[in-house]
Amino acid sequence: MATDTKTTGDAAPAAKGTTLLEARGVTMRFGGLTAVNNVDLTVSSGEIVGLIGPNGAGKTTFFNCLTGLYIPTEGQVTYKGTVLPPKPFKVTAAGIARTFQNIRLFSNMTVLENVLVGRHTRTKEGLWSAILRGPGFHRAEAVSREKAMELLDFVGLADKAEHLSRNLPYGEQRKLEIARALASEPGLLLLDEPTAGMNPQETRATEELVFAIRDRGIAVLVIEHDMRFIFNLCDRVSVLVQGQKLVEGTSQVVQSDERVIAAYLGTPFEGEPGEAEAAEVEAAEAGAKEEGK
Amino acid sequence: MSTQTTSPAERTALLPVIPPNVARATATAGGVLTAASAFLAWTWTSAFPGDLTISGYPGGLQVLTLVAGVLTALFGLASYGVRGTRWLAPAGANGPVLLLALGALGTTWYTLLAISAELGGLANWEPGAWFAAIASVLAVVGALGLPFDEKAAASLGAPAPGATPLQQAWHTVRLALAPRPLRAAKRVPAYQEILIIVGILGLGLLVFTYGIGTAYGELFVGFLILAAFGVAAASKAGLLARASEITSRYRGVTMAGAFVAAALFPFTQTDDQYATVGVNILIFATVALGLNIVVGLAGLLDLGYVAFLGVGAYAAALVSGATASSIGVHFPFWAAVLTGAVASMVFGVAIGAPTLRLRGDYLAIVTLGFGEIFRIAVNNMDGKSGPDVTNGSNGIPNIPDVNIFGLDLGATHDIGGFTLGRFANYYLLMLLITAIVVLVFSRSGDSRIGRAWVAIREDETAALAMGINGFKVKLIAFALGASLAGLAGTVQAHVQYTVVPDPYQFAGPVPPNSAFLLAAVVLGGMGTISGPLLGAALLYLIPYKLQFMQDYQLLLFGVALVVLMRLRPEGMIASRRQKLEFHEDDEELLGPDPVAATGTEDSVGLSKAGA
Repeated sequence: MATDTKTTGDAAPAAKGTTLLEARGVTMRFGGLTAVNNVDLTVSSGEIVGLIGPNGAGKTTFFNCLTGLYIPTEGQVTYKGTVLPPKPFKVTAAGIARTFQNIRLFSNMTVLENVLVGRHTRTKEGLWSAILRGPGFHRAEAVSREKAMELLDFVGLADKAEHLSRNLPYGEQRKLEIARALASEPGLLLLDEPTAGMNPQETRATEELVFAIRDRGIAVLVIEHDMRFIFNLCDRVSVLVQGQKLVEGTSQVVQSDERVIAAYLGTPFEGEPGEAEAAEVEAAEAGAKEEGK
Repeated sequence: MSTQTTSPAERTALLPVIPPNVARATATAGGVLTAASAFLAWTWTSAFPGDLTISGYPGGLQVLTLVAGVLTALFGLASYGVRGTRWLAPAGANGPVLLLALGALGTTWYTLLAISAELGGLANWEPGAWFAAIASVLAVVGALGLPFDEKAAASLGAPAPGATPLQQAWHTVRLALAPRPLRAAKRVPAYQEILIIVGILGLGLLVFTYGIGTAYGELFVGFLILAAFGVAAASKAGLLARASEITSRYRGVTMAGAFVAAALFPFTQTDDQYATVGVNILIFATVALGLNIVVGLAGLLDLGYVAFLGVGAYAAALVSGATASSIGVHFPFWAAVLTGAVASMVFGVAIGAPTLRLRGDYLAIVTLGFGEIFRIAVNNMDGKSGPDVTNGSNGIPNIPDVNIFGLDLGATHDIGGFTLGRFANYYLLMLLITAIVVLVFSRSGDSRIGRAWVAIREDETAALAMGINGFKVKLIAFALGASLAGLAGTVQAHVQYTVVPDPYQFAGPVPPNSAFLLAAVVLGGMGTISGPLLGAALLYLIPYKLQFMQDYQLLLFGVALVVLMRLRPEGMIASRRQKLEFHEDDEELLGPDPVAATGTEDSVGLSKAGA
């Protein structure tokens, strides 16, 4: 099967199975605190992988390790077989782009300029070229603008290109962040809670957007707390608890794993009230409600 | 429903007791009478500068009153909708009438009070002075009775519920001055628009030449009062927005025209006195513009920037062939310029490489330190406390004049009947350097690298994650800013005949020093081209013209900074970004589409014509 997909999938939805990102034994310690402990993760091309876990599980720290913002204490991250350099801008140049949990747009730049900044690694025009303004400069600027507008069109912000990004509504700021990340022409997009603070419709729209990104041949690794979003979207879900990977598998596997439920909701303690007691409490509550009316 | 819904309609004017048509007539007539008063004798003796004793001929400060009165009357007519004057106020004439009447009141009463203060009492007022005083008050009273513009009032809305009386009063003032949305411009043929640009630039040159040529402090103060109210009125009338609309359509023409206008300045002068001022302003402004790359675009607070000017000046002095130079070489000027720029760049990289890893406040402190280190090091390299390079505190005197292709800039030249003295020559040379710096600034700012600078300023972490090599990009900004300052320094060394270490300090009474440079950028407008040029011109001229307030200069300067930052945090000239940043609420006042209405980056034309 594997060979099959490799031969057919050279168009947009890239061949599943070629490993894009491989994190092996990533550990991040801050002093005595181990935020991420020996985590392995692989993302293959054409895949949408979810990373979930309770607050403080180390998901964002793990993201920062992947993108060079932190240098992992142990372990290594490879992208397309090469070890990632420990500098964020080199990671972006290598082909991994990200968004931030708390939106980090260039708020006093226009929407279009934000996306143009995203194209920084894919263009080369330096200071001399900017000052001398040869034909090459104009060509590169035109291409950049065209691609940026295409991306804005893709996320549905083309008509707001000249607005200041800080004036966009929240949901559109998230979209713009995604467009900015896509502008660096990544092979892998890391989304850090892309639907935080969104209403259900916006979340649905984001879901569609992530599928569309996947269809452009870009693998996606997404952190999210919205479980419906994750389980609708992801081919594979990885659960991080207290810095350690607990389980990894398809939505069904993760959903039915008791340890995951325990991590989110807590484990039953000794002498937990049995079903009979629970029913009693429920009945009592129902009675109280009736009286209240 | 608890909020007041009637507020905008509650007051229809600042002085609602006067019926609107009476108010309008009073304001216009007041303007005419004020203008007329300028032709009367205001005082009996010519002891007051400018000779205000002659009837039938406005002298000195009376000219300003005349101009203010005529403008008030013209805008009064425009508020009637008289044909031929309506173009003056595309955004409503009532606010501008008030501002101009206040300007007339300001200049007139300033003159009258100065007469009584300097000559000793009101007895020195001739009847003409009383007439002027009353006429200018009349114009203001009339203007106060003008009704608020309904559309503008609607867009401004009611004061916030629970506002203090002071806030409510401020809101009422804003109502009186609020411009209404710009009338759509009637497109005229291109040649006419270019003629308009020429007119604007000519006006700018005229105003600047008048300001720089004011022979005594009183006249300059009157000029500043009138200029401030005049610019405010032009802005409220929508003329500035209209002008930037046109100039942004012909950016190249405007830029070229502005430089032609600036180059014409020495030809308007009969002697070298004000060309000296002009060249000093240009040096100051050019360095401020270089600093604007570092501070305004890349957001790196550099408190020791003047050191790079010093490096350029010393480098040029050392290779100028001056006898005191420790290197006995004499480079041609172009080579000296390159040497200065490269030396500054090397210093910029040397200082930037270790310090640019710091962020924000730390960088400011470290650059402040390096700025002082430069001055002290230069002071010490005198052969006694260190190697003999810079001749210590004696500096390098007797720097020979620049000789470009056989043209001696130290000598007087006659061009087409105009005599250009030494400083006029250097003014033109410096203008060339300014042109280069303007070009570099505008081109680098609007490019991949310029966007990277702004991105770093906005959010360094996000910029790094977007693939920007933060350190490299910041170092480029730092080195570029340094070499532009060095460029200006090479000319400065020759203009001043001599370089000494002391002027290159953090703060001092004479610009350029680091504090003044930063102030010029912040006051003028960060990230713009015309802002620092205008800021530098004002910061140089005000202390130069008002020698009497020398002792309080830094105090007044501080007060001005505080006031401006409170009222107009984006500086006198706002970049398009900052206009949106600080005045989001007013966006609708700028017209249907703020971005389209204000055009690209900024209006280069007006101020550059002068600076």
